[in-house]
Amino acid sequence: MRQLTVISGKGGTGKTTLTGAFAALAEGAVIADCDVDAPDLHLILHPEIKEEKKFSGMKLASINHEKCINCRKCYENCKFDAITDDLRVNELKCEGCGVCVYVCPVNAVEFKERDSGILYISETRFGPMVHARLNIGEETSGKLVSLVRSTAREIAEKRKKDLIIIDGSPGIGCPVIASLTDSDLALIVTEPTLSGLHDLKRVYDVSKHFGIKTMVCINKYDINRENSEKIEKFCMENGIEIAGEIPYDPDFTKAMIEEKTIIEYNDNPLVREIWEKIKEVMQSLS
Amino acid sequence: MIIAVASGKGGTGKTTVAVNLALSIDAVLLDCDVEEPNCNIFLKKDLKDIEDVTLDVPVINFKKCNFCGKCSEFCEYNALAVTKENVLVFKELCHGCGGCKLVCPEDAITYEKRKIGEVAGDGSFYQGKLNIGEAMATPVVSAVKKKIDRRKDTVIDAPPGASCPVIESVSKSDYCILVTEPTPFGLSDLRIAVEVLEKLGIPYGIVINRDGIGNEKVEEYCKENNIPILMKIPYERKIAELYSRGVPFTLEMPEWKERFRKLYEAIR
Ligand code: SF4
Ligand code: SF4
Repeated sequence: MRQLTVISGKGGTGKTTLTGAFAALAEGAVIADCDVDAPDLHLILHPEIKEEKKFSGMKLASINHEKCINCRKCYENCKFDAITDDLRVNELKCEGCGVCVYVCPVNAVEFKERDSGILYISETRFGPMVHARLNIGEETSGKLVSLVRSTAREIAEKRKKDLIIIDGSPGIGCPVIASLTDSDLALIVTEPTLSGLHDLKRVYDVSKHFGIKTMVCINKYDINRENSEKIEKFCMENGIEIAGEIPYDPDFTKAMIEEKTIIEYNDNPLVREIWEKIKEVMQSLS
Repeated sequence: MIIAVASGKGGTGKTTVAVNLALSIDAVLLDCDVEEPNCNIFLKKDLKDIEDVTLDVPVINFKKCNFCGKCSEFCEYNALAVTKENVLVFKELCHGCGGCKLVCPEDAITYEKRKIGEVAGDGSFYQGKLNIGEAMATPVVSAVKKKIDRRKDTVIDAPPGASCPVIESVSKSDYCILVTEPTPFGLSDLRIAVEVLEKLGIPYGIVINRDGIGNEKVEEYCKENNIPILMKIPYERKIAELYSRGVPFTLEMPEWKERFRKLYEAIR
């Protein structure tokens, strides 16, 4: 089984648009949306939800004021300033470490599972899809991403699929690390802006750090050719293969508005070519 | 006044709005998007004043440790594993809560500082940066926010999304500007951002970037929910091109400076 993760560092470069197109081209891959913070892939794939699972990441403390004797030990020991002056737990700040539970002399702190998000197992017109929604202000997106990935794997094994296509999370922190773990190939979608170049370097450092074979796709390469050349140069110097370059093309937005993949919208030949290249590279990986 | 600039998703123009607003009203700018700090691409400042951001991670004194396993039992983040004759510390997983030291009956745990990122700045601009391979962005955001001086107008470039570092970035702001684009993805992400601000109880308004590339759905949504649209920035080749070169567009298009000032007057 092969796993392809599409990432971008910064958002808005076309990562999800390309992931959707690959899902259409792959014919029967398992699709995983690991952008649990702000998922968008469902807007073009229209998954029909078959199964829902509650996800609970960290625990949450709460103070029982009938038992509390106002000693303030919890307040003094919480490293995350999650206990307010009037001894209440700020749910958005509590990291569920359990220190307050431990230090309270009268067992006034309750420690509960927290409702952190939902995992969905769905069907799309291109195959099974696993996606999720993280609740506002949760810190455990890495854990939820790992759950999306492991569920996608289980489905691939059960249904004998040999490819998982993953819409990765943005950034370089916990969720993107969790999206990349165990991937065979990372495709970084970037754009020829200075921010695009800057973020490409940062996210490439992450995939390199974890030893994952990486390719780059330059989207809207014609909005600044000079920067596109800089990206090409960076790739050459680091031995990164360029999967393809796509010009600025309003059809991509039009396809999105019609809630279709670009393949269904105009059978974009450039995207097809990129997909062929990626397939080749994935097959050559041992 | 403290104004946060946020968006449900990256790449909508959040940094552009934050940088141009700060330049137009002479505010202090804080780049809290510590995973992808991009403001300085536009400001091109030489940031000399650099501070490390550290977390306390446990160090085991093996002369005292009797491998009872209480610390690893306590740790909610699985950052400690105790075997018959060893204690493994997985530093990247540690949140620095201090619990293991509290529960250790042999007093065998002390803490050392581990660098996870840095804050650099020059008085009018500060940026936080998370080190590669590190998972915990929130402490770096908190460190940047320590630079807030309530007497000065401050603009915060928040990270995208709705997770913990976003909350940390926008909390205690007086106002939040949400940047979006007029597409289905833009609308979906905007809804998430709105949910965050409703939960935090911070007043907010919308800036539509790349106006004209998509449909009317974002505007309809704002109207239905009585959310003010503060500004629309059209999709113009010149703006896109200046962005790609890392030039704040208000510097080359001064009429926009005036518009950003008006925006500021409107939300004050
Ligand atoms: S569980 Fe930890 S983070 Fe939450 S309130 Fe208690 S001490 Fe603070
Ligand atoms: S440690 Fe327990 S008793 Fe003391 S203030 Fe906190 S909740 Fe109340």
